[in-house]
Amino acid sequence: MATQIVSGKTAITATINGEARDWLCEPRQTLLEVLRDTLGLTGSKEGCSNGNCGACNVIMDGRLVNTCCVLAVEADETEITTVEGLATSDGLSTLQQNFIEGAGLQCGFCTPGFLVSTKALLDKNPNPTDEEIRWWLAGNLCRCTGYDKILSAIKKTIAETNAS
Amino acid sequence: MRAIQYAAPRSLSDAVAILQERGSKARILAGGTDLIVQVGENVRDVDTLVDGKRIPELMEISFDLVTGLTLGAAVPCYRIYEHPEIKSHYSGLVDSASIIGGTGIQGRASVGGNLCNSGPAGDTIPVLIAYSATARILGANGERTVAVEDFCTAPGRNILQPDELLVSIHFPAPPAHFGAAYLRFIPRNEMDIAVVGVGASLSLDEDGNIATARIALAAVAPKPLYAPEVGYFLQGKAPSTEVFAEAGDIARSLVTPISDMRGTAAHRKHLTGVLVRRALQRAFERARA
Repeated sequence: MATQIVSGKTAITATINGEARDWLCEPRQTLLEVLRDTLGLTGSKEGCSNGNCGACNVIMDGRLVNTCCVLAVEADETEITTVEGLATSDGLSTLQQNFIEGAGLQCGFCTPGFLVSTKALLDKNPNPTDEEIRWWLAGNLCRCTGYDKILSAIKKTIAETNAS
Repeated sequence: MRAIQYAAPRSLSDAVAILQERGSKARILAGGTDLIVQVGENVRDVDTLVDGKRIPELMEISFDLVTGLTLGAAVPCYRIYEHPEIKSHYSGLVDSASIIGGTGIQGRASVGGNLCNSGPAGDTIPVLIAYSATARILGANGERTVAVEDFCTAPGRNILQPDELLVSIHFPAPPAHFGAAYLRFIPRNEMDIAVVGVGASLSLDEDGNIATARIALAAVAPKPLYAPEVGYFLQGKAPSTEVFAEAGDIARSLVTPISDMRGTAAHRKHLTGVLVRRALQRAFERARA
């Protein structure tokens, strides 16, 4: 048999937020676990661990994924953007700033997921309708805001991006 | 999650060899949005995950107007609803692929995985049956092709043998004046498991009467339910709201739902009638377009 069956720790390489990263992980570890516990990228949150809440969202090879439903070994040779990759050396992104200014968060636990998910949306569709925004964010749960302020923060970001 | 083993074969023969060696505790990993959660929660007795996403046949989409559509078993939902030819020729499949989970789930989850997970409420399975789709299965003793309605056997169970894997799902070329649709009822607008789901397809003859129709239902039986009686009833009839409502009544008499936290058996029976009528109406509008 040509294919190796891995049981112990395996070396994985990926590009995370533009930087080459490598780590050792066991097959049972989710990407979320490795991001947080091995790589120290604790922005991604563990909400439900079963794909319902979106707090662990990252962009992997251009697609939004729930990292609680991805094995870390599956991330080999991928390109990943986490919430830590949204800000630049100049400061927070416009989207992040607008979440703060517009109170698009209260407890903040879901916020990294909302930010990453919104970035994935705007990368693909810079001018979504309200319905498209809400539909896209259906997999992100927020128990504090009632969603309206999240929506206004996103719409303000779109308006500012279009004006600049 | 307890310790597991992982392999990422690059060919079908390697994958089958691993399944053969590991037996029933090995399982193919596609998007993982069901399987990884089930292994984490100890719901499935699996010790080896065989990643199918590096096998070209499992990631393939191929279409032509003569032979139809071949959908690799591990192709994620977003590739389906973003595919121009699938969008124009298989809109019923797009209905299903765009309502499974949220955007993050659709970035990974596959139709093949949904079929192999074999949940009675699986959102893609009724429409596969409505399309007369077939499952291409490969194992140590060779290949076989099975109609999707014969694939699932019980909640979470199917006909795959321990050494077999689902390679792809094949959809016949869309005939002229044909339409299909999937509708489900959930208490909110998105991100929930079907209380009832209905896949419907129909084709029209030259006079505008129904030539063929196929109906399949989710979450009203121990497995996705093909209801050929509804198709027989519709054959030869002129399409109308009344005829579609009557088809809904027939479907309602065939289902055997349970009561659970998502709905009572009586509610599910009622929804069956409503959704069959509406799904047929939508399939009819698409057939006419």
